[in-house]
Amino acid sequence: MRRGWFLTACLLAGYAFLYVPIVLLVATSFNPSRLTTVLTGFSLRWYAALWQDDKLIESAGLSLRIAALSATGATILGTLAGYALARFERFRFRRTFASLISARLVLPDVLVGLSLLLLFVQMEQVLGWPQGRGALTITLAHISVSLSYVAVVVEARLADAGTDLEEAAMDLGASPAKAFLLITLPLLGPALLSGWLLAFTLSLDDLVVATFTSGPGASTLPMVVFSALRLGVTPELNALATLILLVVSVALGGAWLVQQKAAVVRARERA
Amino acid sequence: MNRTVILLPVWLWLLVFVALPVLIVAALSFSTAVEGVPPFTPLLHDPDLSNYQTLTADTYYLDAGLKSLLVAGVSSVLCLLIGYPMALAIARAPERWRSGLLLLVMLPFWTGFLLRVTAWIGLLRDEGWINLALQAVGLPPLKLLYTTTAMYIGITYAYLPFMILPLYARLSRRDPLLEEAAADLGASPWTAFRTVTLPLSLPGVAAGLALVFIPAVGEYVIPELLGGPGAQTIGRALWNEFFANRDWPMASALANALLLALLIPMVLLRARAR
Repeated sequence: MRRGWFLTACLLAGYAFLYVPIVLLVATSFNPSRLTTVLTGFSLRWYAALWQDDKLIESAGLSLRIAALSATGATILGTLAGYALARFERFRFRRTFASLISARLVLPDVLVGLSLLLLFVQMEQVLGWPQGRGALTITLAHISVSLSYVAVVVEARLADAGTDLEEAAMDLGASPAKAFLLITLPLLGPALLSGWLLAFTLSLDDLVVATFTSGPGASTLPMVVFSALRLGVTPELNALATLILLVVSVALGGAWLVQQKAAVVRARERA
Repeated sequence: MNRTVILLPVWLWLLVFVALPVLIVAALSFSTAVEGVPPFTPLLHDPDLSNYQTLTADTYYLDAGLKSLLVAGVSSVLCLLIGYPMALAIARAPERWRSGLLLLVMLPFWTGFLLRVTAWIGLLRDEGWINLALQAVGLPPLKLLYTTTAMYIGITYAYLPFMILPLYARLSRRDPLLEEAAADLGASPWTAFRTVTLPLSLPGVAAGLALVFIPAVGEYVIPELLGGPGAQTIGRALWNEFFANRDWPMASALANALLLALLIPMVLLRARAR
């Protein structure tokens, strides 16, 4: 593959583009001086400062709670939606259904944030609920956004897998519900996990929608970081980024290793 | 009966949290801002077109819109130029490497959008890493931060995975035998790419471009952090209208205009997907 070198060079250049800023982030987080471009040594003082930053820790806790709740809600609804799109050939207003779901995937955050905030304000006026805005409204907003992503992942997986196994189960006497529980759900396992993780990440990362739908007292981590950024980049934020990177790399690396092992086991079983 | 159990909760959620908000935004654009809670005249109580008149009369909004389209367009093309070779390289890599390579593409995405943007602030600053490197080799420093270029870099950086993934999905499905056949018939690698690979990958290209362009038009964070005061995009205009001016109806009118403008590429994308 003589041509291979060009593509490989592009690939490596692309990775450099993606990772050089991250490497610099990490390097600067260990820099004892406040200047972010002159590396004068190694120090953990910014990590210590992070630990004592109550506001940051509190908002991190809130973000994690919201992310976990909204990811779970989005996975439940998204799985139902994805299942419907993959398995129900025709149903009334199917096109509208699909459009509503896929529209969310591409709309800019500001549109989504504004529209949901206005919804909550109107609902409060007309129904008296939700009272004020805060963690609950952020969670509801995140569920609405993430469910589209989960639906896409689930639909793709179901379309790929085909109905053979479920039909075989039903031929052998299982009811549709049983087939769903014993065949479809396990089949969906990896898709559900990656959907949940995707929803979790989107929620944790989101600034715009959270700012629109939040209320007094409910500041998520991105919101706190954003206001801190307005005052200038501090190495403390770099320390935070490094920690997040560490956690995510370990989690993803671990998940990937598990997946690779499972693939090897499956290949052996087939042989 | 089964179907209702599955469809009903989703329909309810979609109608309340997706369809209804859009209608409310549309309705609000015909109100005007007032002091108080909520800061606008009751919906559809006394509708007028004043917000839309301001939109069309004041060139500020048109400029912001055009700027957003330009920035999103250039960034999408940059994403394509960088992402296509990467996606192709991964698709042609040995099977067991592919998931790892894709993981490496996605890993930055999972480490936090805001904080990665700040990394670029450190790189692009006047005393930042790039200028440091330039001065080390004797070149004059460049003004990079708070320019349109900074926005191009930031958006391309943030949205690159959204270009690579659909491209990869499409490219990994292609049959390598087709390219081999072209080579057997005497085509050079470039010709084989141009006449076989590229046309077959076009749906992936279209999907990638749409997934980058449409959200990028409404981007707020990157123009705000990297673009500087001169870079007024629609996303920033909407945010400022809402948070700084507290003019919710005006923001809604702006949102409607943006939504309508985006419907065209969105409809085109759906037509293509079918």
